[in-house]
Amino acid sequence: MNLKSAFEIREAVGAGKISAREIAAAALKRIEAVDTTLRAFITVEPDRVLARAAEVDARITSGDSGLPLAGVPVAIKDNISTRGLRTTCGSRILGKYVPPYNATAVERLERAGAIVIGKANCDEFAMGSSTETSAFQVTRNPYDLGRVPGGSSGGSAVAVAAGMAPLALGSETGGSVRQPASFCNVIGLKPTYGRISRYGLVAFASSLDNIGTISNSPRDMALILSVIAGHDEHDSTSAPVPVPDYVDELRKPVQGMRLGIPKEYFGEGLDPAVKTIIESGLRKAVALGCELIPVSLPHTEYAVADYYIIAPAEASSNLARYDAVKYGYRIERPEDLSDMYKRSRGAGFGAEVKRRIMIGTYALSAGYYDAYYGRAMKVRTLIKRDFEMAFERADALLTPVSPSPAFKLGEKIADPIAMYLSDIYTVTANLVGIPALSLPCGFTPEGLPVGLQVSANQFQEVTILRFAQAFSEAYPLQIPPLKV
Amino acid sequence: MPIDRSEVLRIAELAKLHFDEQDLDVFTAQFQRILDYIEQLKQVNVEGVEPTSHVSLTPDFEKHLFREDEVKASLPVEESLANAPDRGNDHFRVPKVL
Repeated sequence: MNLKSAFEIREAVGAGKISAREIAAAALKRIEAVDTTLRAFITVEPDRVLARAAEVDARITSGDSGLPLAGVPVAIKDNISTRGLRTTCGSRILGKYVPPYNATAVERLERAGAIVIGKANCDEFAMGSSTETSAFQVTRNPYDLGRVPGGSSGGSAVAVAAGMAPLALGSETGGSVRQPASFCNVIGLKPTYGRISRYGLVAFASSLDNIGTISNSPRDMALILSVIAGHDEHDSTSAPVPVPDYVDELRKPVQGMRLGIPKEYFGEGLDPAVKTIIESGLRKAVALGCELIPVSLPHTEYAVADYYIIAPAEASSNLARYDAVKYGYRIERPEDLSDMYKRSRGAGFGAEVKRRIMIGTYALSAGYYDAYYGRAMKVRTLIKRDFEMAFERADALLTPVSPSPAFKLGEKIADPIAMYLSDIYTVTANLVGIPALSLPCGFTPEGLPVGLQVSANQFQEVTILRFAQAFSEAYPLQIPPLKV
Repeated sequence: MPIDRSEVLRIAELAKLHFDEQDLDVFTAQFQRILDYIEQLKQVNVEGVEPTSHVSLTPDFEKHLFREDEVKASLPVEESLANAPDRGNDHFRVPKVL
């Protein structure tokens, strides 16, 4: 059984050709074979996985037919709550935390017959672009074991890329699904802000956070999105917008689609090998009958600075909840309450998380609020207007996902600014709240994957998925063998 | 904006974060570099621009923010306390406050 296709698995399991338990056992076997090298998972509990799969089999036997994700293993990023299954956020401070409830996205997946196969490694509290800030382990890129998988949803991307699960949930605050998808040759979607409920997603920056999805094909992406998208009474920021049948929408043609090409995304800092691959992608789009339109997003150069004020400011508030009282790590023998807070947080959080809490606290503190956070919110308006103008003329935008292919382990971890700049093409979609997807587009001469970013206006996931389907169907890639 | 150790310690107090003495110099330098980088927003003319604190959703979004004030079941005490680092029978326990 091919563990790369959710669609094939659910057809076979639904038709009784293979059991969910056999699929789960195969996924666990694959994890056992490759994950000692790749280290995509923080937590895998085989007994729990097999028991859940047996429950799905029982549901099918008792006549529960048509489960849209029957027996499909799904990797869940470790900042998304799973009832009874440890959820660490890649942080020492939550190293023993076991959620008493499921995230709504997880709840909907399980209702649809999916099996949570394990909890995927990530940068601590999703703060990072390489998965190296995880307190527990370093995840490796399956196309080059000396390189990062990207981040922060690196474990989720590697799980799908290496055939340990056909689908994964990640989370997106500034590119954390798209960039690892680009680095690992899988499809990664950051949906419209509010498209997927965030109930149970551990909060980082509430005006930017989304749950995102990772797959090997546009059809599987459409499938999982149809299952988990939609309003949720537990999340008042989830949008009360009807959910289309995304799978059905894939068949509609792309001829005449107007694709905006923003010149600011092709300038200085873009790796020449990436540029060549993206430009070949643009030519393929033309060959599919799409029209390329030059557009301009003039405030792009300020997006990273804007993001690195807004995201840390919101993070400094959200992470105030880690007070060593209700849950989480507490130091031994605190002198008093204040000492308990400071030393528990000092020892429980890693360096990048502390940097962001400090930057955010500074940007929100008396005397600096207007100069930093206030100004950043205004620049956000200008960035948003750029996109509104572009979408008056274009149905979607095509750009690179990341200025470079996967970088080497350790290359950027000591230089926060260098790491932040790897988000330059992705943070805008979060600031503006639009959907954007990383689509495999080619490989560099060194054999490293490069993704093409397709973005569209709010709630236009259908446009993005339709393009992805036409593109990947017409131009299948020659994929080099994995290094595991 | 130049940042020194004492300013870092002041912010750390606000953020309730302890820093080890030997890490402070490296941290202060990194903090300074990040602040220098984000300073570039000062070049943008934002006069008359309204702030965006939250990306807008559907026009009738606000009506979904409210619900009836009904009593519903909440998490049982035992589950609420299950992750506590220190607890009594039915409460969280903390060190002395005063």
